[in-house]
Amino acid sequence: MTRYLLRKLGEATLVMFGVLTLIFFIQRLTGDPTFLLLPETATQADIEAMRHALGFDRPLMVQYLSFLADLVRFDLGRSVIQNLPVTDIIGSRLPYTLMLAGGALAVSCLIGIPLGVVMALNHGTTFATVLSSLVVAAQSLPTFWSGIILILIFAVSLGWLPPSSAGGFSHLVLPSIALGLLSMATFARVTRTAILDELSKEYVRTARARGVGMGRLVTRHLARNASIPLITVAALEVSNLLAGAVVVETVFAWPGLGQLTMQSIVSRDFMVVQGVVLLGAFVTVVLNVMADILYSIVDPRITLSARPS
Amino acid sequence: MTAALAPPQDEAQSELQALKRAARARRVRFLSRAWPLLAILSALVLAALFAPWIAPNDPLRQNLMGRLQAPGSEVRGVLYLLGSDELGRDLLSRVIHGARVSLLVAISSVLLSGVVGTTLGMIAGYLRGWPERIIMRLTDVFLSIPAILLAIIAVAVLGPGLVNVVLVLALTRWPRYARVAYAQTLALSNAPYVRLSRFMGGGTVHILLRHILPNIMGALIVVATLEFGLMVLFEASLSFLGLGVQPPTPSWGAMLAAGRDYVATAWWISVFPGFCLFLLVLAMNLLGDLLRDHFDPRLR
Repeated sequence: MTRYLLRKLGEATLVMFGVLTLIFFIQRLTGDPTFLLLPETATQADIEAMRHALGFDRPLMVQYLSFLADLVRFDLGRSVIQNLPVTDIIGSRLPYTLMLAGGALAVSCLIGIPLGVVMALNHGTTFATVLSSLVVAAQSLPTFWSGIILILIFAVSLGWLPPSSAGGFSHLVLPSIALGLLSMATFARVTRTAILDELSKEYVRTARARGVGMGRLVTRHLARNASIPLITVAALEVSNLLAGAVVVETVFAWPGLGQLTMQSIVSRDFMVVQGVVLLGAFVTVVLNVMADILYSIVDPRITLSARPS
Repeated sequence: MTAALAPPQDEAQSELQALKRAARARRVRFLSRAWPLLAILSALVLAALFAPWIAPNDPLRQNLMGRLQAPGSEVRGVLYLLGSDELGRDLLSRVIHGARVSLLVAISSVLLSGVVGTTLGMIAGYLRGWPERIIMRLTDVFLSIPAILLAIIAVAVLGPGLVNVVLVLALTRWPRYARVAYAQTLALSNAPYVRLSRFMGGGTVHILLRHILPNIMGALIVVATLEFGLMVLFEASLSFLGLGVQPPTPSWGAMLAAGRDYVATAWWISVFPGFCLFLLVLAMNLLGDLLRDHFDPRLR
């Protein structure tokens, strides 16, 4: 078990190191990131001054090493526009994105998992086919369109919910639904497959033969076994939700990391954009490791052999 | 010698016939379920190809007298069948022209990422050793950065525009194909016919292209179909955020972004382009599911 954990952690560190390197070099694709930070009207002297102040006139290898050294100290640099540490700026927006992602995760689990169970129990019927088409439809919805449609129906026409910006719980409802519908499809599919897998097993037939009802079977026996794939999916979906928040936050003027990213791109505040991307990658890597660990706790057989995918 | 090993001629013949019949039956079954989707997709492709001839008006011509007209209204002899946008441009013509950007970006980025990813995946799966370690580690790295964030940072550096969007999407999505090609190649690389070819002096390139690629094509097509829908969504997202194709070129994502500001007064600006987007992605996703059934019925 310990060896398995250490190997997973080692792999994750290696991947994270690769991610940092990739992001560092993407920024140098056009040569010099100074141009990303300055308005187009900047003079040559401005550019030189900025280049020197930020150390972009140093050799590439030196820049790379100091980039890594800063990150080890959790220093994401300073925002040139707001003149604040990037970590502070991100910290002030993070709670909003976490709230939104949490709301979306709740929506997608609460709809997706029961839907998957119903689809599995009615496997092969027209009803299940209709449901699975609906799931694909939800997956095909562009979030920025479903967001606008939700605003149109529930805020503009019916006036039940506020159309945009943050506030009380009611402000969270529409963006959570818009974002959650995407992941809902994933949860429904995975639940359906997992339950179908379990239903075909011996113990289910035995239990049925003993006269155990379907409802009891699902809640007592299937739920635990089917939860294994769901845990992995949930971990992966959280990082998807955080990424999807960029678009949804723009639609609903929600003051989280997504809106911050877009504002920073427009105002050419590149250090902030880089910070958000690094954070997104870090969270994804951490969640992947956590999924692996949880997986091995729920199903101890995993550590002995390769993880089934 | 060979005669003794080979099965009798007619038995092999009838086995081949049975296989062909089964393949034909599967093809018929696939087409009977997929034709509505293929019809929708063909309609969108035709609209994109012949946009200048189908569109009733110039998608770029502004008309300040005809701003934000409701669907079906007519201003100075110009009929706005789907209404007009905030600059008085005909929405129907813009929606038709918008299909061009979506399809062009999706097709090019799927092809580019598919070719790059498949090549790298096959190399990793066939050669093993250090190419396998480097390539598969790289896919881990790329897949660890949420794709849309990677695309946003890359477009922010390279600048927006059609070509850059395609390059960036290919850059972020090739690992998907690499993973599939890798796993499939790995499974095939010791198949008897591949070993035979190697034994008879077949080179690596020959074996990969002639013996492995045709056999993993089915799985790759399924991935490509599902990725196609995703690419359409990514392009629209980037355009929606102002990082994609630049105005005044009509793009569904950018039209939605403009429509968002008028959602209370002119719902049609955001509803129609969004619906086309939804239709295209839905058709592709359903087609991907059917193709998966078609190529590998065991997965269901």
